[in-house]
This record gives sequence, structure tokens and C-alpha cells, in this order.
Amino acid sequence: MNINHHLDDATLMSYSAGSLSQGMALVVASHLAFCSACRERAEMNDAVGGVLLESLDAETIEDDMLAAILAQIDEPETSIIEPQQQTPRACDPEIPMPLNEYVSGPLDELQWKRIVPGVAYYDMPWQGRGVSRLLRIAPGKSMLTHTHNGNELTLVLRGSFSDEVGRFCRGDIADLDDQIEHQPLVDSDEDCICLIATDAPLRFTTLFGKLVQPMTGF
Amino acid sequence: MNKRPPGDDVDNIIQLKQAEMASADWSNLLGHLAVKPDKRLYARLFSHFAPKVKAYIVRLGVALATAEELTQEVMLSVWRKAHMYHPEKAAASTWIFTLARNQSIDWMRKQKYPQYSLDEWSETASEPGQGEQKVLSDRIAAAIKLLPEKQAQVIYMSYFEGRSHGDIAGRLDIPLGSVKSRIRLASEKLKQIWGGDQYEH
Ligand SMILES: [Zn+2]
Repeated sequence: MNINHHLDDATLMSYSAGSLSQGMALVVASHLAFCSACRERAEMNDAVGGVLLESLDAETIEDDMLAAILAQIDEPETSIIEPQQQTPRACDPEIPMPLNEYVSGPLDELQWKRIVPGVAYYDMPWQGRGVSRLLRIAPGKSMLTHTHNGNELTLVLRGSFSDEVGRFCRGDIADLDDQIEHQPLVDSDEDCICLIATDAPLRFTTLFGKLVQPMTGF
Repeated sequence: MNKRPPGDDVDNIIQLKQAEMASADWSNLLGHLAVKPDKRLYARLFSHFAPKVKAYIVRLGVALATAEELTQEVMLSVWRKAHMYHPEKAAASTWIFTLARNQSIDWMRKQKYPQYSLDEWSETASEPGQGEQKVLSDRIAAAIKLLPEKQAQVIYMSYFEGRSHGDIAGRLDIPLGSVKSRIRLASEKLKQIWGGDQYEH
């Protein structure tokens, strides 16, 4: 896949550190499923975690823990279910593997909720800080991105949009913070479907209507 | 299980004094465990890593009793998933860190931390040759020690306290952009070491 827009170093490091919100981590993992360049950087950041783990002073472990584990190990091998066998991978190729855990079935068959004509969303099944959802925007629509005081990730799954930074196609990620104001316009013939997440504080989620405010169409 | 094929150097590894073992040796040891289950080797890994895994989990803010339980789960999964470990892909400490991180987050959030698949992991385009990952880890360790305090601080807060950029900004009373630029600067330095090594080969 030809990917032109990648993850910010700061976002990738926080992903490996385990400090991204659930929604942000999902967008990052989904981009990593597409992008070997970012995967390589993620491996470095995982290695930083390994180094930091190694640097920690030992905490006391209870004497019987090893014995308890060795006893569990002796349970028959058949009790171990391989993760590959648990989830049959008959997934839609349009859906990146990490997202596949939360979105069942093809994108067109999801229960999209319309915000305004030409704009619909599908929320990820968890509560938490910030927003985590799929957005579906019709050709020619423009999203007015709000000012906010957090990070925002947008991964294109279908179609494309353009803004001041450039053109974003399938696999591309827009990794923005409050330093950037932009106004993406869907420029594909088909709907543009993106996986988005913000890590903004709570007040952001209450400004629901502000998240996507089409400039045109109403 | 006690009979080893001739030429197997597992016994040599066991001879090594634990205190003398560098990260490369732990990776070799886990690499042996990956191809052949061996409780003696596992016990050695356990005694080195379990106390560190627990220290990591405690730092994340998990209560001691729970941290003990979680450590046991993580160390059990080290045994059960050992066959998925590739020494040429990651140092043992890296691999165990990712297990500890994922399982801690899963427990704390009651949600699975989204991961890119291990299958994809093995398809990474630029693959360092065998042995280099372990050396790289040692060099990354040296580089982290040399980071300016402000950069090291945001990295510790990210990895050890699980704080988001916004949390860190609030804690340190600095703008979000400053947190990100500190992390970027640190990342840039570490990347030079990481990438530079690969270009030499
Ligand atoms: Zn990328």
C-alpha cells in the first residue's frame, strides 16, 4: 500500500508506552496494520519499553509464584487455545485487523447514524475520554474541524479527502493537534470512510455537534 | 526433555552466572525456550524478569496484591507464548515488556489494548539480521541515559505512569505542544541509533 501520511513520533511512542486512550490506540494499531514504515518505528518504541523494564529495580516476588506457574504449566497442553483458532479470519479486507475485533461485517452494512445529510457515524463500543468512531462523509462535503485542546487521529479506510496538508487516501493518517487548523474536503467519487479518535478532555465529547459540522449541504 | 541433542548449547547458557548476563543472553535463552520447552531455562528467566515485571506493574499504579497476581499471569504467558518469540525480531526484555503492557492495560481498562497482529509483525520490510536486536537494545539503553532530563521525564511518565500527552501537560504545567516536542526530540535521537545501525548492514 502506498502511504503518504504517517503517525507522529509522539503518538507512536505513547502507543508503545501504553498511554494512548483506547480509541487512539485503535487508530494507531489500524494504521500499523497497513504501514510497515510505522511498524518499524513502533518496534523501536517497544524496545524502549524493554530497556526501561530492564532498568527497573526488582520488586519482591512471593516465594511460591514460580511453583504455582510450574504447576499450571503441567496442565495438559490441550487446554491452551491458540488465538488464531479462536477467531476465524473471514474478515472484510477493507477492515484492518485491529478494527475487525469491534466492527463485524462489511462497512456498508453497519448501522450508521446520520448527523446531517451526507455525514454519518458509527461509534466504537466503549465509553471513555474523547471520541472513537467511524465517520462516513459524502463526496463534496467538507468537515470543519473545531479548535480543541487535544490530539486527533483520522485514518482513511475508503475514499479520500484533501486539506491544506495534502491528499489523504486509504491507509493515510492525519495526526493532528491543536496547533493545526484544517478543513478537509472529501474529493473521492465515493463516500469517504475514516476511523477517528480524539483524546480531548470530557468537555469535548459534550460538544458533539461541533465534531463534524459540514460547511455545505444544509 | 532432559536429553538434549549433541551440539545444543543450552547447557553453556545455564553455566552463565546470572549477574553476568547481558540482554543478549536473555534473548538467547528465551530463543531456546521458543523452540523447546524447558522448565530450568524458564525458571532462570522467571527469576530475572518476574521482579521487574512486578515493579513495572506497581509503577502503573496497580495495588501490590493485584500486581502480584498480574505478574503471575504475565509470566505464565511468557511460557505459553514462548513459541511465538523470535530473537531476531526483538530482545527478550522488549517482548516481555509488550506482554506486561498489554495484560496490565487489559486488566486496568477491562478492554483489550488494540494491537497490530504478530503475523504482520513478522512481515516487517526492513528486518535486522539475527543478533542485532539485542545489541540495539543495549545501545538504546545507553542512549536513554544520555537524554536531557526534560526528555527523559516525559518518556518515564509515558511508559511508567501510562500518562497521555494531555495528562503530562497538566502535571508539568506546560502546553500540550511542548510535551509532544519533547517526546519527538527524544524519539529522534533514539531513531538515529536504531536506524543508523541498520543502514550499516
Ligand atoms: Zn505509517
